[in-house]
Amino acid sequence: MDYTASQSGFRQRKLQPSTRLRNSSADVSDGSQLFEDMSGSGPGAYSRNQPAGPQAAWYAGQSFLSDPMSSLAMTYGSSLASQGKDMVDKNLDRFIPISKLKYYFAVDTVYVGKKLGLLVFPYMHKNWEVSYQQDTPVAPRFDVNAPDLYIPAMGFITYVLVAGLALGTQNRFSPELLGVQASSALVWLIMEVLLVLLSLYLITVNTDLTTIDLLAFSGYKYVGMIVGVVAGLLFGRLAYFLSLLWCCAAIFVFMIRTLRLKLLSEAAAEGKLVRGARNQLRMYLTMSIAAAQPVFMYWLTYHLIR
Amino acid sequence: MAFTLYTLIQTAILCTNAVAVLHEERFLSKIGWGVEQGVGGFGDDPGVKAQILNLIRSVRTVMRVKVNSQVRMIVTFLLQGVFTGWHIF
Repeated sequence: MDYTASQSGFRQRKLQPSTRLRNSSADVSDGSQLFEDMSGSGPGAYSRNQPAGPQAAWYAGQSFLSDPMSSLAMTYGSSLASQGKDMVDKNLDRFIPISKLKYYFAVDTVYVGKKLGLLVFPYMHKNWEVSYQQDTPVAPRFDVNAPDLYIPAMGFITYVLVAGLALGTQNRFSPELLGVQASSALVWLIMEVLLVLLSLYLITVNTDLTTIDLLAFSGYKYVGMIVGVVAGLLFGRLAYFLSLLWCCAAIFVFMIRTLRLKLLSEAAAEGKLVRGARNQLRMYLTMSIAAAQPVFMYWLTYHLIR
Repeated sequence: MAFTLYTLIQTAILCTNAVAVLHEERFLSKIGWGVEQGVGGFGDDPGVKAQILNLIRSVRTVMRVKVNSQVRMIVTFLLQGVFTGWHIF
């Protein structure tokens, strides 16, 4: 009795205890209110020592939560959860550099539009160099040559959806196939990035290409794949082959022009023929990376167009 | 081809196992890829062959730290169906 008096005295400024009781019974029927508004349902339930009828079970559950020890346990639990969250954030930052990732997503609409145009028609673009700002590359928002991860990520998801659409038009669709397509494309992407990393290590080329840059460059081919598949869906196989051919050529030229500046030495990048085994190896590497893109593009889409 | 992430992990385990089991005396020296022949060229151009030898040697060194790592890898691969009830074959 003392307890209820003190509790209801504490809450006097809100509502009368009788209306408080009605509110608590209304809160009982709404499950979410049970956890959010403990101040409302607490003293109302506790003041009723002998609840009658079918609501006995609900009131028993409420009295568990209104117990001050359990509220203490709740605050302790939430502090533990926030500690765990801090620890996860700190450790996650060691494996996946979140701050570096933010650079790759700093895009805007104008950049995305220009980059998509560049991926499909790279023949008119003259200046392919990434501009720097005091030793750090400028954000993609300000430089159309900088790699980003937004287009590859969106392209990957769109590719999975378009693949599902294409399979659905041929009555070969089932929801598991979406997962199969996604994981298969992801595996090919990871393998390609690992192979490029391995070959970069073997040829000991000193470059400032990071893993995420390679991931971005490998993800640009999804744009061509989507264009090809959509054209094939709309206009038939001939349109698929023609648009895929166009996009393959475009990606080939795009990759060569982008990687030439990063992988080759300065003199060779400007078009002069530089002799030497190293430069030859680097040129072969650039060519093979660029040539692998059309192969992947065809490999990942031909089974969608029958 | 329906690749899954699990096949990728499987491939990685088997490849690492293959590199770890290479016997230096019996095999690598015979084809001229032994340890003593790889450390020759210190310059700024080690060459592809020297890089491959370095890679193989470093993978083997890392694997040697873990005792019987190849046995563990094969056992894990073969027994994955027993514990989880989910098999690849």
